[in-house]
Amino acid sequence: MSPSTPRGTSITGVRADDLRKTYPGRRGAPTVTALDGLSFAVPDGTVFGLLGPNGAGKSTTVKILTTLSRADSGTATVAGLDVAREPDAVRRAVGYVAQKPVTDPMDTGRENLVLAGRLQGLGRRDARARADELLERFGLTAAADRLVKTYSGGMARKLDVALGIVHRPQVLFLDEPTTGLDPEARAEMWAEIERMTGDERMTVLLTTHYLEEADRLAARVAIVDRGSVVVEGAPSELKDGLHGDTVVVELATAVPAAPSADGAPAPRARLTQVVGEAGLRDVVVDGTQVRGRAESGSAALPGVLAALDGAGIPVASATVARPSLDDVYLRYTGRTYGSADRAGAAARETEEVAA
Amino acid sequence: MTALAPTAAPSVAPSFVTHTRLLTARALRGMMRIPVFVVMQLVQPMIWLLLFGALFRSVVDIPGFGSGFGGSYLEFITPGVVMMTAMFGAAWAGTSFVQDMDRGVMDRFLASPTSRGALVASTMVYQSVVAVVQGVVVVLVAVACGARFPGGAVGMLVVALAVVLLTALFSALSNAFALLTGQQEALIGISQLITLPLTFLSSAVMDTSLSPGWVQTVARYNPFDWAVVAGREALSATPDWGLVWSRLGWLALAAVVMWWLATRAFRALQRSA
Repeated sequence: MSPSTPRGTSITGVRADDLRKTYPGRRGAPTVTALDGLSFAVPDGTVFGLLGPNGAGKSTTVKILTTLSRADSGTATVAGLDVAREPDAVRRAVGYVAQKPVTDPMDTGRENLVLAGRLQGLGRRDARARADELLERFGLTAAADRLVKTYSGGMARKLDVALGIVHRPQVLFLDEPTTGLDPEARAEMWAEIERMTGDERMTVLLTTHYLEEADRLAARVAIVDRGSVVVEGAPSELKDGLHGDTVVVELATAVPAAPSADGAPAPRARLTQVVGEAGLRDVVVDGTQVRGRAESGSAALPGVLAALDGAGIPVASATVARPSLDDVYLRYTGRTYGSADRAGAAARETEEVAA
Repeated sequence: MTALAPTAAPSVAPSFVTHTRLLTARALRGMMRIPVFVVMQLVQPMIWLLLFGALFRSVVDIPGFGSGFGGSYLEFITPGVVMMTAMFGAAWAGTSFVQDMDRGVMDRFLASPTSRGALVASTMVYQSVVAVVQGVVVVLVAVACGARFPGGAVGMLVVALAVVLLTALFSALSNAFALLTGQQEALIGISQLITLPLTFLSSAVMDTSLSPGWVQTVARYNPFDWAVVAGREALSATPDWGLVWSRLGWLALAAVVMWWLATRAFRALQRSA
């Protein structure tokens, strides 16, 4: 997939061209390909979402774009600056909010902000004024002079974001800004990011493994899978590209994939065949969940339920919905988003995303 | 691969100084917020001094010990303990880098125009401040126990300079290890495998003229011994200033080279990130 904006027509906020990066395997393990020809372009002044499950290559991309890492090959520019050739200039142009907390727990919120501002080149007075402004804006004024180690997760995350924009960067990188936050803190953070991108005209590159987050915040998204972009576009465009509705049927029990001992066809293959004959396309079974697509979901559903009933497969519930990014993901990668995310990081806390 | 100069911008010199100052202040602030740590830092060198002073008190009675030295053993080991404290502390300097790397603070600094040289230099300065204060404590305790240092104020200033240079050298080494490995465990290696042998292959607690020939040879190339020799000479009644300044000169050179190497280690970090 090549970037959609032709080279040189306008200043592009961020551009990545065919980035490749491998990590050497530890102790004889094979090399790990993190990026496999990843390309995308972010128009200046917009919010762009890099969406993908854990391990898709999003963080590696952000590290290369913020000069923390180097690509094996390929080029990238940020605010028109080449990240490999002009790293110093890039560092002045970007703000970076890493996936993990970036605050110093042994400093106060204010000290963290003032130090960040000073290191970015603000004078003492400017750094203090900017710190006050950001503390106010993120609702941290009352906690400004407390050590950050006493902050709640949501407060510390807000401070992380404040640290990233202390110098009013041209391009802001938010690497999974809401991972690990409870739903309330996440909603607050979303509102804050929306306000921020509205107030200060900056290009924002957001990585997330929450589909709804990309849907809500990003003007355009690129879905990243196994180190490359599989599809790029506005969320509405991508969803409209999938005609019809999504039908999701929850079965009462999971259906085994393996054939039974007596030589009968595998129950899962039979299930797929049954719902297929009832009019569902692109059927995928993941545990107890059966997803498929139909031109009109409400017209297809009765037939599907009747077919399942006829085949003796008990159903717990069924829903019909307009296509979501989850369906877009499924369409382009052949896997449900939830299963890819679980596979990407079994150790990491994951949340099933409501589609 | 294009040759990259991470510190090539013309504005580097002023930001290096400012950044070093800001980051040193941050480190000192962090330390002062853990009073237990401060107390331990001050008590530990006293223990070294009193322990070694009592343990080896009678070595001055060995014929030939400290030819031309003439003082008590406490006076002999005071500069040795001051330098030991400085080097042992500096060997752990990389701890703050490891913590910052674990916490993501380091990535935040590295994605900003923060001077790489200043990141290294600030830990060198911070550790030096701590080591000089510790050195003052050691000297005060020694004086309280009856030691006298004919070198006077000038001698003390030279000792302080030697402490700063020695601390700078080992802080930079520790930082380089921290950046290359990212692991606290690697620092244990420096502390156990490098600094401890260097201590005993020097004249810190024992006059090397009484040691085997090979120890004397090693000591001559041991940066730790350079600091001990410079400090002890400067505190004596008739310092050999040629010896003092040559040792300090080598120490300064080693510290600058190590600072440069540690600053280069950021590139290795970038390659492996």
